[in-house]
Amino acid sequence: MDIEIRPEDQPFADEVQRWLDEHLVGEFAEHRGVGGPDDPAAWELRLRWEKKLSAGRWLGLTWPPEYGGRGATLSQAIIFEYLYARAQAPYRLGVQGQDLFGPTLLMFGTPGQKARFLPKILAAEEFWGQGFSEPDAGSDLASVRTRARLDGDDWMIDGQKIWMTFGTSADWLYVLCRTDPRAARHRGLSLLIVPARQPGVEIRPVTNMLGDGGFCEVFFTAARTRADLVVGAPGDGWKVAMAALGVERGTLLIPQQLGFEREAEHVLELARGRAGATGLSHRLVDAWIAVRLMRVTTLRTIGELVAGREPGAQAATSKLYASVQHQRLLELATELLADDMTVTGGGYALKALQRAFLLSRAETIYGGSSQIQRNIIGERVLGLPREPRPGSTGG
Amino acid sequence: MDFLFTDEQLELRATVRDFLAGKSAEETVRRLMATEAGYDPRVWRQMSDQLGLTGLAVPEEYGGAGFGYVELGIVFEEMGRALLCAPYLSTVALATEALLRCADEAARRDLLPGLAAGRTIGTLALLEKPGRWDEAGVQTRASRTAAGWVLDGAKRHVQDGHIADLIMVGARTPAGVGLFAVDGAAPGLTRTSVPTLDQTRKQANLEFAGTPARLIGDDADGWRVLRRVLDTAAVLLAAEQVGGAFRAVEMAAGYARVRVQFGRPIGSFQAIKHLCADMLTEAEAARSAAYYGLWELAADSDDVPLAASLAKACCSQAYSRIAGDAIQVHGGIGFTWEHPAHLYFKRAKACEAMLGTPGYHRDLLAARLGLRSARGMEA
Ligand SMILES: Cc1cc2nc3c(=O)[nH]c(=O)nc-3n(C[C@H](O)[C@H](O)[C@H](O)COP(=O)(O)OP(=O)(O)OC[C@H]3O[C@@H](n4cnc5c(N)ncnc54)[C@H](O)[C@@H]3O)c2cc1C
Repeated sequence: MDIEIRPEDQPFADEVQRWLDEHLVGEFAEHRGVGGPDDPAAWELRLRWEKKLSAGRWLGLTWPPEYGGRGATLSQAIIFEYLYARAQAPYRLGVQGQDLFGPTLLMFGTPGQKARFLPKILAAEEFWGQGFSEPDAGSDLASVRTRARLDGDDWMIDGQKIWMTFGTSADWLYVLCRTDPRAARHRGLSLLIVPARQPGVEIRPVTNMLGDGGFCEVFFTAARTRADLVVGAPGDGWKVAMAALGVERGTLLIPQQLGFEREAEHVLELARGRAGATGLSHRLVDAWIAVRLMRVTTLRTIGELVAGREPGAQAATSKLYASVQHQRLLELATELLADDMTVTGGGYALKALQRAFLLSRAETIYGGSSQIQRNIIGERVLGLPREPRPGSTGG
Repeated sequence: MDFLFTDEQLELRATVRDFLAGKSAEETVRRLMATEAGYDPRVWRQMSDQLGLTGLAVPEEYGGAGFGYVELGIVFEEMGRALLCAPYLSTVALATEALLRCADEAARRDLLPGLAAGRTIGTLALLEKPGRWDEAGVQTRASRTAAGWVLDGAKRHVQDGHIADLIMVGARTPAGVGLFAVDGAAPGLTRTSVPTLDQTRKQANLEFAGTPARLIGDDADGWRVLRRVLDTAAVLLAAEQVGGAFRAVEMAAGYARVRVQFGRPIGSFQAIKHLCADMLTEAEAARSAAYYGLWELAADSDDVPLAASLAKACCSQAYSRIAGDAIQVHGGIGFTWEHPAHLYFKRAKACEAMLGTPGYHRDLLAARLGLRSARGMEA
């Protein structure tokens, strides 16, 4: 994939490239492309890398300078992500803070909250965990039960969260809590900022199907946080959480797309060399087509965002499309590997394609499952009626 | 490439959509599809005279407006949406394109202005056997006589071949494949209208028996030109397919909002809602495919053949599937002659075969991606 670099952005692009050339060397160059949105591989190395990025002021490019950003334009941020992903620099650990919580705080936070939290995110000093899902509230997020009530100058929190990505490394959690037990489903919620390292918070890794500890469960037992650490007003938690999930991820699309393209090229290369490719050629063509289409769709969305236009319906359909097509691509790869796919290294050490293949199963679940995406496309884009909800009046 | 329309392009889309809403409403489509000619000459004249659509992408020196393929693609998309009955694809994407791509300046000067002005209806006669869009499929003979070139042979599935004033023909010369121009009224040309499954678009079979023809360019240069014409037309047809596919999604979603069964709108059932969501998702992917082709064409890039096969394979499949699903969402009413769903379904089927099926284009892509050598086709 190529992106268009306008003449006025060329000096910026040159600066990014120079910095990458200078710093992406040694151990970092040996770990090209390591990690992923929920892949904790090579954590310590990635942490060292993230500190270098921070020192170079490459994190939170579009954020205001007062919080450690550069006040860069969206098109510059996109150029950065493009060159970064093209160079296969390590996947950043701080996505939760940099791309999800940070932008949400920029929208809804108080000046005091922003000054306290944003610089530490960009300094790669504090990491964040998203506490939305619960054992009984996944797709149906509005039914969260974790309770928070005011106790003097503090909120006191009791309940349980689950599937928190990189939770064991989090310093702070943003937690969707029920603060008004009497209000109806969506209305009694607030988004609280909670310190992770305190006696009332217990974070336990949950082993995922790769055998890694990518995500966690979190228990709150009379956990505490200051009364003013609410994002938005108390009771606005639903709106704020939805905004966090809906942050336009123009910049996150780029590493994803370049990753798809590299995988597709790899799969085609495998196919060219294998007898096992017989009978797969149309599926290989389809996989290649899908990756090419995702490229165009990504560029369409980015183009609209940069031009300040409202993204079209493709922005709503692309998550569903990309996650399904990505799974198909990797299924094809496993078919090509055939028997090689069936063995691992010692200690369940997985090959890169095995990791990617297994990780791809999560893509149709998190960030709104495929079924939920279809509901959203059907209801918000096509205007189809919602399903009647049994007992919806009762809350 | 940013795949972003300019304000002018968005305006063009709105203008064409407005125009077609008035001139190609469903009852008009039904009236025209039942006629022998298959189009309304008055609307055709308005399209060319008022909107300049026939000469949209023809350079000004030949009487056109000098716009590019992105603009042309927008027009095709809108026409596909409205199921316009007119010899537009044949005139603009085939005949005009062949002249634009040829190396014969005199022919361009003679023939393009008529096409650009909409005074000449043009088409391309290439196919002889079903599915044979490749060079080896060209068997019609061109021979040089004292009086000039003459053609002998038969062409099938010629779009709008029954009404075309100017027929571009690919024929085998002693030196290779040549491109020829034949007058619709030429002696020795027999045209037979063939009833079509998709009645909104007409076809004819053409027989050439010592038919006089004008050689366009070099007598061995024809396939180079034709290959590019086929790629270009495939992309424009893909844009048309996208327009039709989106209309089918809208029809299905519109019906799912209002049709009530079991006491609730059927669109509130996930089986229907998710089907509609999948239709839209596939339509958006197809749109990316067509736009990819248009932008590659506009940039005159080396990837045009790749993008054309991608667009044609992807949009053909999407349109056929979506138009079929639209019938499903409508239930019994969708299966009737009275309901427009079948018009889209049949247009989709016809478009799917025209200029190569999805399977054919996947074979081409497989060869281009080095996955296998497609027999009988160039890589
Ligand atoms: C790798 C990974 C990382 C994650 N990271 C985080 C994180 O950092 N923070 C966090 O809060 N959460 C995180 N999650 C949780 C994720 O958001 C949830 O898994 C997701 O919302 C689905 O919820 P659930 O697992 O409870 O499944 P359920 O909601 O129980 O869904 C089970 C199945 O039912 C289907 N289903 C549910 N409702 C409907 C409906 N209305 N119509 C049709 N089908 C339906 C679903 O599509 C799914 O197929 C993560 C998940 C994964 C896999």
